[in-house]
Amino acid sequence: MHPAGPAAATIATLWWVLLAGATAIFLFVAGLIVLAWRRAPGKSDERVFVVGLGLAFPLVVLAALLAYGLFIGERLLPRAGPDVVTVQAEARQWAWRFGYADAPGRVTEGVLHIPAGRPVDVAITTADVIHAFWVPRLAGKLDAVPGRVNVLRIEAGSPGRYEGLGSEYNGPGYRDHRFTVVAHDPAGWDRFLQDETP
Amino acid sequence: MNTLQRHRALSRIWASDSGWKRWFTTVNHTDLGRMFLAVAVLFFIIGGILAMLIRAQLASPRSAFIGPEHYNQIFTMHGTIMMFLFAIPLFEGLAVYLLPKLLGTRDLAFPRLTAFGFWCYVFGGSMMIFSLLAGMAPDSGWFMYPPLSSTIAAQGINSDFWLIGITFVEISAISAAVEICVTILRYRAVGMSLSRMPIFAWYALVTAVMILTGFPPLILGSILLELERAFDMPFFQVAAGGDALLWQHLFWLFGHPEVYIIFLPAAGAISTILPVMARTRLMGYGWIVAAAVSLGVLSFGLWVHHMFTTGIPHMGLAFFSAASTLVAVPTAVQLFAWIGTLWQGRPDMRLPMLWLLAFFATFVIGGLTGVMVAIVPFDWQAHDTYFIVAHLHYVLVGGFVFPMLAALYYWLPHFVGRKTYFNLGNTAFWLVFTGFHGTFLLLHWAGLLGMRRRIDSYAPGQGWELINLFASVSSFVMAIGFALVLIDVVVNAAVAVRGSRDPWHAGTLEWAMPTPPAPYNFASIPTVASRDPLYDTPDLPVRIARGEGYLGDCARERRETLCVDVATGAPRHITVFPGNTALPALMSAVTGLFFLGMLVKAYWLVPLSALGVICCAMVWVWSLSPKQAEGALHAGHGLALTTAAEVADPPGWWGSLFLLLADGTFFGSLLFGYAFLWTIAPNWPPPAYVEAGLWPLLCLGAGAVLTLAGARVATLSGSALEATGLLALGAGATLILARAPDPTAHAYDATIWVLMGYALVHVLIALLMTGVLSMRRLASHPAVTTTGAARIVRLWSDYAVAVALITFAAAALPGVLA
Repeated sequence: MHPAGPAAATIATLWWVLLAGATAIFLFVAGLIVLAWRRAPGKSDERVFVVGLGLAFPLVVLAALLAYGLFIGERLLPRAGPDVVTVQAEARQWAWRFGYADAPGRVTEGVLHIPAGRPVDVAITTADVIHAFWVPRLAGKLDAVPGRVNVLRIEAGSPGRYEGLGSEYNGPGYRDHRFTVVAHDPAGWDRFLQDETP
Repeated sequence: MNTLQRHRALSRIWASDSGWKRWFTTVNHTDLGRMFLAVAVLFFIIGGILAMLIRAQLASPRSAFIGPEHYNQIFTMHGTIMMFLFAIPLFEGLAVYLLPKLLGTRDLAFPRLTAFGFWCYVFGGSMMIFSLLAGMAPDSGWFMYPPLSSTIAAQGINSDFWLIGITFVEISAISAAVEICVTILRYRAVGMSLSRMPIFAWYALVTAVMILTGFPPLILGSILLELERAFDMPFFQVAAGGDALLWQHLFWLFGHPEVYIIFLPAAGAISTILPVMARTRLMGYGWIVAAAVSLGVLSFGLWVHHMFTTGIPHMGLAFFSAASTLVAVPTAVQLFAWIGTLWQGRPDMRLPMLWLLAFFATFVIGGLTGVMVAIVPFDWQAHDTYFIVAHLHYVLVGGFVFPMLAALYYWLPHFVGRKTYFNLGNTAFWLVFTGFHGTFLLLHWAGLLGMRRRIDSYAPGQGWELINLFASVSSFVMAIGFALVLIDVVVNAAVAVRGSRDPWHAGTLEWAMPTPPAPYNFASIPTVASRDPLYDTPDLPVRIARGEGYLGDCARERRETLCVDVATGAPRHITVFPGNTALPALMSAVTGLFFLGMLVKAYWLVPLSALGVICCAMVWVWSLSPKQAEGALHAGHGLALTTAAEVADPPGWWGSLFLLLADGTFFGSLLFGYAFLWTIAPNWPPPAYVEAGLWPLLCLGAGAVLTLAGARVATLSGSALEATGLLALGAGATLILARAPDPTAHAYDATIWVLMGYALVHVLIALLMTGVLSMRRLASHPAVTTTGAARIVRLWSDYAVAVALITFAAAALPGVLA
């Protein structure tokens, strides 16, 4: 909930919209129930409750919400672009290994280096069981599934260190299945690619 | 015969054994319903204790209370117990106890099956608890994702306990569901058409059909994973053509309907209790039935929303996201119909109502967070965090436990025949309610702050310490509340004063009997003309007791009830129920040996106990087969009806139909899994496909013709023809097996083995049934008493033919296409 990149920021905004809407609906329903005690008993209209509130109301709200969610989801997908950086993440029990398309052969353990301010596609795989790649402050999560490569788009707004987590339960070492994402400024990224310790 | 004499005569006929024997020989639904409920509560207590251990561990950061090995077993078992050993069996227990009483009949359709299911539940559940006590409980999370749960990452016996124990327990869910369907459709009061059924019966019917279609994918998945673990058949190993995602599809194909299987009975209880508490009738009966049915249907279309983060293309996710939000609509229909009911009545704030309000407050929040996680991008963040943990507890506790507590207090006078007298229940309510929200409300936030589910401890300084401490303290408040509920119920059951019949002034038939109920429920089967018969005919209980309904005359000295027409509720025939017997308990114990043999890898025990089960089943069937025809019998009101043994569609035929629905879903899931591997799994095609060849084809063709024809000739030679045909089918399947000699080579070969094994099992079932029928024909049982039985056999042998042909086509198809 402290977004540091466009994907995480979009989802954070989505959350605040959802929370506001949910609170309003909850208060509305609670109000209706309380009113049942406050009003004089009598015939109430089945059409109002069942058709109006039960059918029409959720259909309208949900249709709007769904459209909003799909629109965002489409925008968050990894799409080709001129400055997209590709990295590989391979998970195993209980470690992470990262590779870099721009520096073939370069491998880092437990630390993922990315350039800040540029979209990064992470190609996620696993060497054993199912894991998930998650950097909470940068984007949502994506699973590492045996035999498959899943691609997640992340982006850090500014240079810094961000905590990454394995977020699919994977056995006794799950708690400490972590990694760090280091986002570099352009100069630092170039230094990293040239195999210098940044 | 006066009322008291009738009561004594019926009580004698319907009584369970006395003393300790009663526990093992009862087939009475009131007894078994209570036993089901009691055992389910016991498992709730065990699951609750595990939850307390979890919260104790998470109360402070870096806690050294439990290490990860044990913590993993504890949270896995907490989820497993609450889902499989508490929630589903509690519904079964409630339905077993209530349904015949709500429907105006004397017992469930298959009393022995009730007992068999109960004992399978007890034995399977005991297996799971043993694993917990022995420290070798499953530890891969309650949804058991391979490869983590498979041999690659879990060599111990832990996963086997889950796969085998839960499959054993599911026998009870399937048998209860078959029984519930047949009971609701065929065993009702006279005149109770479908549109006059109590609303709970509608919910139970939808739930039971969902169990029959929802559980088979899980059972299939468990069998495949156990085959992989025990015999290296690589269904989920990607290197050999399997796919780990297949498990997730099968599991959630079960897992999401499961949520509604849990919620719908609770909604049924709410729809029953709420109008009584509001002193009015239910608003929108037809709408609610439609909503329940559409929830049942929709819930099968959204399993993928548990897999939003597995890398499925976004267009696919969009479909399931839409379906997941759409499911909120029928839920809203019910919710607002209930609120409308409150508006039109004069709601009364008594204890069941209090729990219903707790349901509203909690479930609405759970539903709203559910809509949130149905939105794909939000789920990408919230997935596998404490946001989900909080959400699912709001849904399950709010949508199931709270309504069930309302039901407990509502039907407690019925269970024990006493007034609720002490006010401990109110204190307990407030402790549970505040404790629950204290525990879970803020955990949503912890999840959004990045707290993953299933971590065994956490480092300080992430902003969660206070939330977790508060949650842990609150959870203990909640636990104290639950303990008080338990004490309250026990004290009330033991010492409260005797209550009057129908203390809530309800309109449904379960209150038309003295409480606690007599073993026969109704002294005579009533005639009803509306949904709330007690409101419209207040003297109905007296007239039932006086024997003014049907079958009030018990001169035939056996357990009888009426079977009615499915749609109209007009009387059709008389069913004669079996008496007390330990056979079901014995048969489930032998079934238990079958599962135990697989668990401890004592494979010699497996065929031996399978043989034992077959013997028990033979005794079971034979003892129910009438040796003489009886013709038309008096049923009261001048009506003459034959018994179920002499009709073309006996209850067993209906039961077979519903069992075949489950079986067919299992087969469908198997074909789905095969198609999934074929088209989606990375390492396909396999090195070689099976070449069908001429001989298997000839065997299958001839076998199919002979079986179909033989089953349609109602003589001994027809049975012989049928048996020959079945043997040919079996030979055909075996020939195919011989062409795929190594099931460990590739997921394709493994699948061929399972397909052929499935066909062979069904050929064997049909053969055994044909055998029993031939024996009855040899023993010269009158033809009129074997007509129904012959139709049952035909159903199963037709199914075996269909399975043999489809499996053959499925096995040969890839080879032909390639």
